[in-house]
Amino acid sequence: MSQPATAKSSEETLQGGAATPEVQIFDPRHFHQQAHDALGNPQIRGNFRKAMDGLMQKRRDAFVEWDLETLRQLGANVRSRALAKLPDLLEQLERNCQANGIQVHWAEDGDEACRLIRELCESRGAKRLIKGKSMVSEEMHLNAHLEEAGIEALEADLGEYLVQMAKETPSHIIMPAIHKNTSEISELMHDKTGIERTLDADTLTAAAREQLRQRFMTADVGLSGVNFAVAETGTLCLVENEGNGRLTTTVPPVHIAVTGIEKVVEHLQDVAPLYALLTRSATGQAVTTYFNMISGPRKAEEHDGPREVHLVLVDNGRSRIYQDDELLDTLRCIRCGACMNHCPVYTRVGGHAYGTTYPGPIGKILMPHLLGLDATRDLPSASSLCGACGEVCPVKIPIPDLLVRLRKEAVGEGRGNVPGAGVKRSVKEVTAWKSWQWLATHPVFWRLGTGMAGRFRALSPGHLPPWTDYRVAPRPASKTLHAMMRERRRTEKNS
Amino acid sequence: MSSRDAILKRLRQRLDGEIPVPPSDFTVMTERGWSQEERLVRFEAGITAVRGEVVKTTRADWTRALVQVLVEKGVGTLALGRFHDVTIEAREALAAHDITLVDADRDIESWSREQFENIDAGLTSTQGGIAETGSLWLWPTPDEPRRLSLVPPIHIAVLDAGHIQDTFFDVLRDRRWTEQMPTNALLISGPSKTADIEQTLVYGVHGPRQLVVLLRQN
Repeated sequence: MSQPATAKSSEETLQGGAATPEVQIFDPRHFHQQAHDALGNPQIRGNFRKAMDGLMQKRRDAFVEWDLETLRQLGANVRSRALAKLPDLLEQLERNCQANGIQVHWAEDGDEACRLIRELCESRGAKRLIKGKSMVSEEMHLNAHLEEAGIEALEADLGEYLVQMAKETPSHIIMPAIHKNTSEISELMHDKTGIERTLDADTLTAAAREQLRQRFMTADVGLSGVNFAVAETGTLCLVENEGNGRLTTTVPPVHIAVTGIEKVVEHLQDVAPLYALLTRSATGQAVTTYFNMISGPRKAEEHDGPREVHLVLVDNGRSRIYQDDELLDTLRCIRCGACMNHCPVYTRVGGHAYGTTYPGPIGKILMPHLLGLDATRDLPSASSLCGACGEVCPVKIPIPDLLVRLRKEAVGEGRGNVPGAGVKRSVKEVTAWKSWQWLATHPVFWRLGTGMAGRFRALSPGHLPPWTDYRVAPRPASKTLHAMMRERRRTEKNS
Repeated sequence: MSSRDAILKRLRQRLDGEIPVPPSDFTVMTERGWSQEERLVRFEAGITAVRGEVVKTTRADWTRALVQVLVEKGVGTLALGRFHDVTIEAREALAAHDITLVDADRDIESWSREQFENIDAGLTSTQGGIAETGSLWLWPTPDEPRRLSLVPPIHIAVLDAGHIQDTFFDVLRDRRWTEQMPTNALLISGPSKTADIEQTLVYGVHGPRQLVVLLRQN
């Protein structure tokens, strides 16, 4: 993964402007090549291995005092209940938000959501937007859309800030810049912002703080995601450590929150178990520095906070996932990233190789619905089905089962209700399996077949790529197991 | 059809029919059964583990502790409210000291940059604490607005030991949040932090660099 060539102008990222975004593109259609490249990059492998080992240990430690299974079951049930009542809760959320003074907008897909947000900015003459972390905004490519319209969208989460500066995309949903080590970050910040090179994370962080505080003061709009949207009270909950989320939602005169329609929960008390699960599963923290609950813009008697708060509810394929009893479980996700941290594939290839907004196991079961199986055909297969993701999922999403389901859909053996279903179906493969099935259920022909295979084993092909790229070709035994057993029994009887 | 109606219609006409509603048993979130002493120990352990500083003091003596903290940290300019008991007492105690007091109950537009650039610390009251996670909970008010605990590099928070409860769930339920949600409610657990640079923990990224809790015991 080579760094893209970029102009060495600090203006470009820090001043933003209408420059054409040159985000380095990874494509899920090239998963195999991208994974191959990543595996050949010891830097990437080292960065991820180190980070994931630490995160797995921290998660284990964080749940020591808990009855984890009971807590996970509660988390799963709270999310399932929200999904069971989803249309009602969305209407209740809308009603209560509006009563609180929050304006609610709905978008069928990412493009409509981008358009809505752009129009909100344009009608207020807003040119500078500052962002808290939002994966949904990544999913809909909001930054590129706004920049085309001449609106600067600056990421304020430190990891996102660095990733944006490098013209890359996040490689982890919680830790966007996890693929970079300190010296790479030092080089990047030196290159783009002119600071002295240093391997001291404190100094680098302090520099980013100064750079971004200037931008918070002058931003026209703050844009954030939402971790939980509470229907009962019309409250938007944001989980964070840095304070950029609070600054984003408090300092600029307008706050726009964007979220997927599945993020709603019924009651305020429902957020307690979800928050407890989220932080411990994500980073092994008992709690984050801030849990920010927003229930409206500044009231007449208040002295700070945004004058306007908007909530953009984005569908983008979620209501299609919602139709199917099995696939529905996908929507329970609270975006903790634990499945990534524990995934042997993710740990080795890193987040970029997947070429999708959400990488790792959750990405493999979510992105096919968003992009179609034609673009993501290799993702459900990029798993050993070891089951670690399902075991650590705080809301008990059966990720391995869903991977198998999507594999079936990809080869046209499922319900056919995932976009691009059947795209991997091959006549050769189907014929091979059908013949195998027929043979295995007809003993006479099976014996004949295996006998022939043994007799003519010298003719079996020695070149069977991709198997033989790294392994010796399998050769049928001269005698089948059945034949050997028969012989043995005969000898035993005779002796 | 509007996007709203189209989305809701698809959700309502779900292909696989109604989804069963599972029960939610919240017992695991509550009934810790901790004594007041244990609550204090846990609160302090939790918040100091994420570099929150706890200064134990008493209701009678807390302003002396405040002055000491301000002097130790070299605070020259302190922003604070005017009407909460905490701020009234603080103002009285600080009158004799060489510390500039800045009123926080003003429209932010008139002092936004000043708050970013010239304030050394913000003083706030708190509604309570959470033992399990070492958290403070705050409902900003016109007197102590949202940014007072966010923008100044040092946040000094006053907490009464008796207001520490076991869990977040207990606080939500016992203090009846749903009936009276403020425009902004906050849990704060330590100063701002990040680990986005190669997982190295660094405090003071966007929010306060230091959090001092003046813990008032009887």
